Amino acid sequence: MLYWACRAGIGWLVPLAGEVIWWIADGNHHAAHLAGLIVTVLLAVAHLAVMPQWRYRVHRWETTDDAVYTQAGWFNQERRIAPVARIQTVDSERGALERMFGLANVTVTTASAAGPLKISGLLDGDAQRLVSEMMENTRTAGDDAT
Amino acid sequence: MSEPTPGTELSPAAPEPPDADTSAANTPAAGPATDGWRRLSPRMLLVHPVQEVVRAFPALIVLLVAGTSTGGGPWWTLAGLGAMIVLGLLRWFTTTYRITDDQVQVQRGLIRRRLLTVPRDRVRTVDVTAHILHRALGLARVTIGTGRSDKKNDGLRLDALTATAADALRVELLRRDPAAATAPAKGRTTARRRPARPAEEQERELARMRPSWLRFGPFTLSGVIAVGVVAGFTARIVSEAHIRVSQIGAVREGAAQIRHTPMWVIVLLAILVCLLIVTIAAELGYLLSFWNFRLTRQPGGTLHVSRGLVTSRKTTIEERRLHGAEISEPLLLRAVRGGRCIAIATGLRVGRGAERGGSMLLPPAPRTEVDRVAGEVLGSTDPVHATLRPHGPRARRRRYTRALTFVAVPILALLALWAWAGWPSWAWQLSLILVPIAVGLAFDRFRGLGHTVVDGILVSRLGSLVRRRSMLSVDGVIGWNLRRSFFQRRAGLATLSATTAAGRQHYPVPDLPLPEAVRLAEEAVPGLLTPFLTNNPEPTTDP
Repeated sequence: MLYWACRAGIGWLVPLAGEVIWWIADGNHHAAHLAGLIVTVLLAVAHLAVMPQWRYRVHRWETTDDAVYTQAGWFNQERRIAPVARIQTVDSERGALERMFGLANVTVTTASAAGPLKISGLLDGDAQRLVSEMMENTRTAGDDAT
Repeated sequence: MSEPTPGTELSPAAPEPPDADTSAANTPAAGPATDGWRRLSPRMLLVHPVQEVVRAFPALIVLLVAGTSTGGGPWWTLAGLGAMIVLGLLRWFTTTYRITDDQVQVQRGLIRRRLLTVPRDRVRTVDVTAHILHRALGLARVTIGTGRSDKKNDGLRLDALTATAADALRVELLRRDPAAATAPAKGRTTARRRPARPAEEQERELARMRPSWLRFGPFTLSGVIAVGVVAGFTARIVSEAHIRVSQIGAVREGAAQIRHTPMWVIVLLAILVCLLIVTIAAELGYLLSFWNFRLTRQPGGTLHVSRGLVTSRKTTIEERRLHGAEISEPLLLRAVRGGRCIAIATGLRVGRGAERGGSMLLPPAPRTEVDRVAGEVLGSTDPVHATLRPHGPRARRRRYTRALTFVAVPILALLALWAWAGWPSWAWQLSLILVPIAVGLAFDRFRGLGHTVVDGILVSRLGSLVRRRSMLSVDGVIGWNLRRSFFQRRAGLATLSATTAAGRQHYPVPDLPLPEAVRLAEEAVPGLLTPFLTNNPEPTTDP
């Protein structure tokens, strides 16, 4: 959860920084700038308070021998299912932020460009295990429906 | 350096695939000694420079103007022209290709050499296009489509081979054992299969363009886009060359005239002129793109589409990879009872514009024809005519609220501007006309929603401005995406999308009640969803 909060927090820094720079550069209209800054800060705090909890409660995943299922999102939620027989690649990636928290994101792609299933915020060890498990299952399955 | 063998330099006007002798000469087994790498046709040395010059035309105009104003004379332009020509020639020198028994390889680039390799059994579609320069010289450009949804589609494009070589290549790349072609693709072992298509012994024509179809030309949007493109191009040239429009005598007289006529006459005239231009442009566009349209089914298990008046284009689609068809009716076409048919196949992107890339199975034509062709392609007419299940009252309510909210925004904005910024009152009063339009649109959009599964084909219809009836075979469905926005969750609805490797990559069935969505997914692909339907799935770990 902290991971998601950090990720969103970094996102919010951009408009905040923009507003501060604008304020410094402008020099007049202090009241308007202050109001704008306060509104942004309030929105950011609200977002950061609500979103990670919600996302955590929604995000789940499950794999069986035949299929992979993920559920993700917070405001708009999406569930995706793909059969193991049609999996083409299983990637795991760790950016800088992920490495700081010891997490990894796993992406399962199929032949369809609209179908990648993403599992984010897995512990490193779990991610490795998941990847090798799925590659095992995929290998014993059939063709990929292209 | 390897030249195409002399046997293939037949007269440029012969577009039919050559007989067995010359096609054997095209395969690499008989190729020359530089291990099979072949160059594009040397006639391209003439074409590439011209193409580059045309592409760089606006820039050359800039150079010309800069040259005359700085007194350097035309030297800059000549230098630019020379550079373009050299670039074009280099392209020919640095591109080679090779076809082996199991691969297709293309090497291109001067500074950054790229080698593109594709296994031959990944080739799904082959597209042979010849625009006017090509046709004059007897050449054709070959584009090879694979199962990947290549967005940046420069990959396997051979620009250009001789027309006969191109045709031979097309036949060769998609040659399949006819028995294997009609066997259903390996994959799910569901009991319900698509109806098997009859094996053809010879080519059978499925559809042919009739002159009476020209009446549908003005109802497509191709005219608008063409006019826009021409206008943009002209505007650029005018501004680059610093032509002052007001200096032209005719324009000045016209402007004087305009000052003396009332506003509404001018507006009316402007609208009429625009309509006329757009209609003519659309009709011309239709004629140019779809004259001589012909859809045939070939004995090797492929569908062959050929069309075009000035630029001729032939696409071959392997039927085993054709997973369905889509009938789309834009609003204008629907008004005159016309429609279009597009293939849902892997290896063909659904392109933009009136031509929809290479996947058009039938251009704007009478709806009965469209239905017939779709039935032929799918193997049965049931999906085309099946009655669809409606989506329920909550979906209808959602259509209305979305449409009304959408128009409320500009109306309220105009109201606010009138109240606080002194904008004229006719602005927001005029915008009230958006409300009945929105209501009508919402009504039509709800009427367009529907879904069913029949004969192993998932049928989903949606939309009003462009009403699409997608008929996707369940063999082609890879997985499901079930999307629920905040408002959909509150209404108990969900949008179910079937993901597939073909066509648009996902085909949504919007705004279904959730139990219905689950039931539909189960019916279409039994067993995929069931393991996850238990009431308490194990929530596996997250930190």
